[in-house]
Amino acid sequence: MAAALTRTDEICLLNFLGEDSDFVRLSRGRIRQAGHVLHSELRVCLIRGRRQTQGACTLTHDLAHNRSRLEKLFSELRLQLDFVHDDPYLLYATAVCNTEDNRHFDLPDSEHALTEILAAADGLDLVGLWANGTLCRGFANSLGQTNWFSTGSFHLDSSCHADNGQSVKLGYAGQVWKSEDLRQAVERVREHLEVLYSRPKALAPGRYRAFLAPQALGEILGLVGWGGFSLKSLRIQHTPLIKLMRHEKALHPNISLVEEHARGLNPQFTSSGFLKPRAVSLIESGRFVDCLADQRSAAEYGIALNAESETPMSLVMESGHLPSLDLLEELQTGLYIGNLWYCNFSDRHDCRVTATTRFACFWVEGGALQAPITTMRMDETLYRLLGDGLAGLTAERELIIDPGTYEWRSTASMLLSGALIDGVTFTM
Amino acid sequence: MNSPLPDLRADTMPPVDYWSLRWTESEEQIIQVRQNVLEPMLRRLRSGALITVLEGEGAGYGATCDLSREGLRTAALEAREWARASAPRALFEAQYLPRVDWRGVYTAAHPWQSNALGDLITALMETARKIKCHERIVDWQASVRLRHTRTVLCTSLGGKIEQEWTDLMPELVAVASNGIDTQRRSFGADCGRQGGLEQLEKLGFFSLPARIAEEALLLLEAPNCPAARMDLLLLPGQLILQLHESIGHPIELDRILGDERNYAGGSFVTLDMFGHYRYGSELLNVTFDPTCREQFASYAFDDEGSAAERQYLIRAGILERPLGGQSSQARAGIAGVACTRAEHWHRPPIDRMANLNLEPGTSPLEALVRGIEHGIMMDTNRSWSIDDQRNKFQFGCECGWVIKDGEVKGLVKNPNYRGISATFWRNLDAVGDASTWRVMGLSTCGKGEPNQTIHVGHAAPACVFRDVDVFSNA
Repeated sequence: MAAALTRTDEICLLNFLGEDSDFVRLSRGRIRQAGHVLHSELRVCLIRGRRQTQGACTLTHDLAHNRSRLEKLFSELRLQLDFVHDDPYLLYATAVCNTEDNRHFDLPDSEHALTEILAAADGLDLVGLWANGTLCRGFANSLGQTNWFSTGSFHLDSSCHADNGQSVKLGYAGQVWKSEDLRQAVERVREHLEVLYSRPKALAPGRYRAFLAPQALGEILGLVGWGGFSLKSLRIQHTPLIKLMRHEKALHPNISLVEEHARGLNPQFTSSGFLKPRAVSLIESGRFVDCLADQRSAAEYGIALNAESETPMSLVMESGHLPSLDLLEELQTGLYIGNLWYCNFSDRHDCRVTATTRFACFWVEGGALQAPITTMRMDETLYRLLGDGLAGLTAERELIIDPGTYEWRSTASMLLSGALIDGVTFTM
Repeated sequence: MNSPLPDLRADTMPPVDYWSLRWTESEEQIIQVRQNVLEPMLRRLRSGALITVLEGEGAGYGATCDLSREGLRTAALEAREWARASAPRALFEAQYLPRVDWRGVYTAAHPWQSNALGDLITALMETARKIKCHERIVDWQASVRLRHTRTVLCTSLGGKIEQEWTDLMPELVAVASNGIDTQRRSFGADCGRQGGLEQLEKLGFFSLPARIAEEALLLLEAPNCPAARMDLLLLPGQLILQLHESIGHPIELDRILGDERNYAGGSFVTLDMFGHYRYGSELLNVTFDPTCREQFASYAFDDEGSAAERQYLIRAGILERPLGGQSSQARAGIAGVACTRAEHWHRPPIDRMANLNLEPGTSPLEALVRGIEHGIMMDTNRSWSIDDQRNKFQFGCECGWVIKDGEVKGLVKNPNYRGISATFWRNLDAVGDASTWRVMGLSTCGKGEPNQTIHVGHAAPACVFRDVDVFSNA
């Protein structure tokens, strides 16, 4: 249909997004709000010569209605093309490369899964979201290229709360439901709750030896990834990793980070029809290697395109050598940080991050969990956390699937170790 | 108002105790110029409906972008399925949810003529060029987002509410670097308003590029913010975020009831505080005001159909009522405000801020400055962090000015401050008058599961707080 609407002096790039999801919100182990969302959108980039303009519209299942909407959109985009100038950073794939990637999944019936979840968590104050369904992405252009990606997944992103305000995350996500995996996840939560029910310990501000669990480290890297690995941010000298990229500072030699497109849960094609490379090495042995360059930055700075987004979507950390079973013994005395909340920069230029503790954070003494802690605010630079303060990374890594559902269900993920750190600053 | 919805005949909607259908459509235009190059313009048309069904003790929803009769019926059947599945395990009874049988209209639309596009592009290009006034300006942007939204809420009881508005979000950015340090100065991301392009002139948008560029350059050479406990004068560009994070969010009723504990968090506020808890000094007056002309989140009805009116949330420092819509009010047994809102058609409504304002006092800015012996004035937020109970916060701003012995002495960079909500507002010592009051708005307040962003309006004067932990970190 879109091809029929494209004129002979135009090129058209199309991106389709579709999602068909159940969302069930839980609180106090009961259903707070439950429903279903069917969402599909077509994004159009219309090009005439070196001019381009973009539009998007939601779609229905009625072809006549869709045609009417697209005709209106194309008409408006053509009007806009008359006003724009040649775009010096226009870049799109001209060599046709078709792909089709349909991921295997075996999703549970949502009602059945919820019955299992609520039964397994019986007696617990369970809060969170069950999301379950399929999503697809597609690309096509008027040069004859087509790319397709489809997948399905479920995601229980939740937490269990004790009467004293302490809590622990309960997460289970995947593409094939296994009741035993859910049972084990709940079991681990109940073990943590045994300690969380204790009287919380209030700590004075200061520097503490600390273990950041993968989820906590993920919060920090998620913030850093917000411009940190962006080619554009580097070129305008506004990346929080500017000192790393100028080789003024380095991270610990054990830190290596890669954007592994091939491993990720995202399509391997970009919105302009390029195929992503399998991986982009960002940091190797503590040193800066490369940035992520999206279509526009690639054109502006004359660098090969290597990503759809300049924010990492499938970040992988090289594992360490510290067995997870030994980490409390290695920590001996200090803080076990299960998660961090509301990360932001307190000094972007030095990549200094502030955040508060949340979900399963404990005081550790003699290599054993002693008590939960009252909320504390961390304020520390990445060059200490993953630099001269790093005492070890766990050998085991955790796959953290982003539970975000802003507008669409997220397909981002991280594969991270936990980090043992000597001397993390807590200010309040 | 015309909508693309088919006539909702009896055979479209299944037989249930009650249903409501909220159709939302928006047309959005984004125009951005970066480094004197017009970025690809974006025109986005979104349309869909969310059907809520109440059956017995349960409630469910089905949201769809398929607005055909078959599409709506499918969504309604899904909603009914979820209502039935929820009933035996529902957190609260479906009777707490409102059932609308009244009608109403709200219009604040400023139709934007597409033939104005050329003039707007030219104006933005010219504005952007003015920011690049020095080789140290390494990145610069000028942008405008215009959005026209229509909603229709209709119900099985014959209720029908139609609302329509246009809003605008401008932005100017200047990034300066001297090869050692980089500083950013901006305008507009906190100035969302209802209205059309005329708002750009009212905001002074076209007269600001030189100023933000100059301030970015000056920040490069400025000393770092001093570190000490001192008095803090917050201009509206930062005050509104303080208001948002440490008053607005903590008094959202669904948060107090525990609904957000897995994501956006809980609150240090408890139900028994309303009516007598001293939230701040006697100078603190905070209102929910959906009637404020041109403010970003003005409306006549919330997304559940409740009629909206201006209410005090905090009066003379005493916490009076929460931000909670009808269903939360019924759950909590406490009066709130009509603030149940959804981002768009594909998300169910939850308790949100709308227009949340700190009422002006009696002091002009000069008097606020004169009243400070040792302090700092800050403007324009650039970093924000607060704990999950909305207590321990830390904020950073784009710029600050040292105040000594009642005079503004000089520009400082990288200013930050931190505090605890429960005590911070009790140290409110002076509130600016109407001359310092600015009507502003934020477009990306995030909350809820599934997640949704919402636009909120905030209007506030300049304010002085005593004895605040100020620092730089740089």
